[in-house]
Amino acid sequence: MSAPATFDLSGRVAAVTGGNGGIGLGIARGFAEAGAAVAILARNEAKNRAALAQLNAFGARALAVRLDVTDRAALAPALAEVERALGPLEILVNNAGLARAVGATRGELEDWDRVLETNLNAAFILARLAARAMLPRRRGKIINIGSEYSLFGNPLAHSYAASKGALIQLTKSLAVELAPHNIQVNALVPGWIESDMTAPMKSRPFYQEVLRRTPAGRLGTPAECAGAAIFLASPAADFVTGATLFVDGGYSIK
Amino acid sequence: MDSDSSTRNLFDLSGRVALVTGGNRGLGRALALALAEAGAAVAILARDEAKNRETLALLQARGARALARKTDLADRPQVAAAFAAVERELGPLDILVNNAGFAILKGVLDQTDEEWDQVLETNLTAAFRLARMAARSMAARGRGGKIINVSSIAGNFGTPIFPSYAVAKGGLQQLTRCLALELAPHHIQVNSLLPGWFTTDMTDWIRNWPEYAEALKEMIQRTPRGRFGDPGELAGAAVFLASRASDHMTGADLVIDGGFSVR
Repeated sequence: MSAPATFDLSGRVAAVTGGNGGIGLGIARGFAEAGAAVAILARNEAKNRAALAQLNAFGARALAVRLDVTDRAALAPALAEVERALGPLEILVNNAGLARAVGATRGELEDWDRVLETNLNAAFILARLAARAMLPRRRGKIINIGSEYSLFGNPLAHSYAASKGALIQLTKSLAVELAPHNIQVNALVPGWIESDMTAPMKSRPFYQEVLRRTPAGRLGTPAECAGAAIFLASPAADFVTGATLFVDGGYSIK
Repeated sequence: MDSDSSTRNLFDLSGRVALVTGGNRGLGRALALALAEAGAAVAILARDEAKNRETLALLQARGARALARKTDLADRPQVAAAFAAVERELGPLDILVNNAGFAILKGVLDQTDEEWDQVLETNLTAAFRLARMAARSMAARGRGGKIINVSSIAGNFGTPIFPSYAVAKGGLQQLTRCLALELAPHHIQVNSLLPGWFTTDMTDWIRNWPEYAEALKEMIQRTPRGRFGDPGELAGAAVFLASRASDHMTGADLVIDGGFSVR
């Protein structure tokens, strides 16, 4: 019981979807600084290159794979490319996310499908692929990025809320299924974090509501999600599974 | 607690002063040792002097400035004096871990008023009073701080076996949330740590008493990880919640139970 708490990720291989910006990049940078080899899987090649340069600056082995997570046929090859380049995958972060603020009565079903495909189905397929690879090695970490709308209702982004709520339930079921194999599956719920996704809201009155409701009185930064992600990815959290960690400055408890 | 954006040394507690109640054995000892290994000076307040000495030696063996003081958490004047002694000897407090707790294995119908009061006093009221002392000290210094309330998964579930304990732990989680909101402007983060079933003296009854053999079987079957946690497996969570790594996390529950709660 006296083994020191270890947050060291040296020698571990991590993949972060949507890892080229915002929360995903904050987590990818944290992993790289903690010693992991990091792959970012994301669509925008210019952002991928810029993110890769940041990871390389930490001296990390890193890789950017151009991937649209809604392209199901591309998911397995993307993970295979990560393993070929960096080694056996030990940490998967399902972070890629999409929101459509269209309202349930007005939005198109295509919006619903696209959001569910990105936020939930892709996460499931990637988690399954990763878990299959991790099983024979009897070690692995899967981290699903939820949202305040995993818990709360949203008047416009119903599909986003439904997908993120389901992602938490997926987390719990995978945790139960994979626990005997020493694979931990947890959810990290960032609150309102500075990113491309939250930037547009700053011009709306809703932004003031969020600030008033957040005890910290400000949005969080992507870097502030890194600590929780490193914890969940590390041996320090080997008995933590099925859990949901809220990193939200207290928003959800008010 | 400060604004360094580098993730390097994110989990380092060097120079911090921590207080762990009930820190002389079981989970409390594991938490105290973890904080010491991460660099903090650590005070433990607990009743059993032999166990205090033993744990103090373990803390010092890790190179930590440390202090152990015989304290009954239900004795209010004694707790206030102990808190003052900790700050006098180790310096102003940065990290409070409200860990001391005990359970009485009696249903509501068999429980006496005195038993109920004792359980609530140690598990909940003592935590409130220490959090208040700590928060006043932290707020006055203006350097932020961390309060970790060690609840239990019992705080989230009903139980016919130890109801007063479950009620106290549920209350402790509400205390966490209320304090988190009140103290956020002072950059003090308050979170709950919820261990599941761990191998400690407190779970001796379910692990070893024949009359609870069936309960043990059910408990293991229900736990996806299929075993009890080892107290050392809490170390990382404690250091995470005590460190800069969790600065945007407040009012939250961190469940560490091998998946028990989600099954």
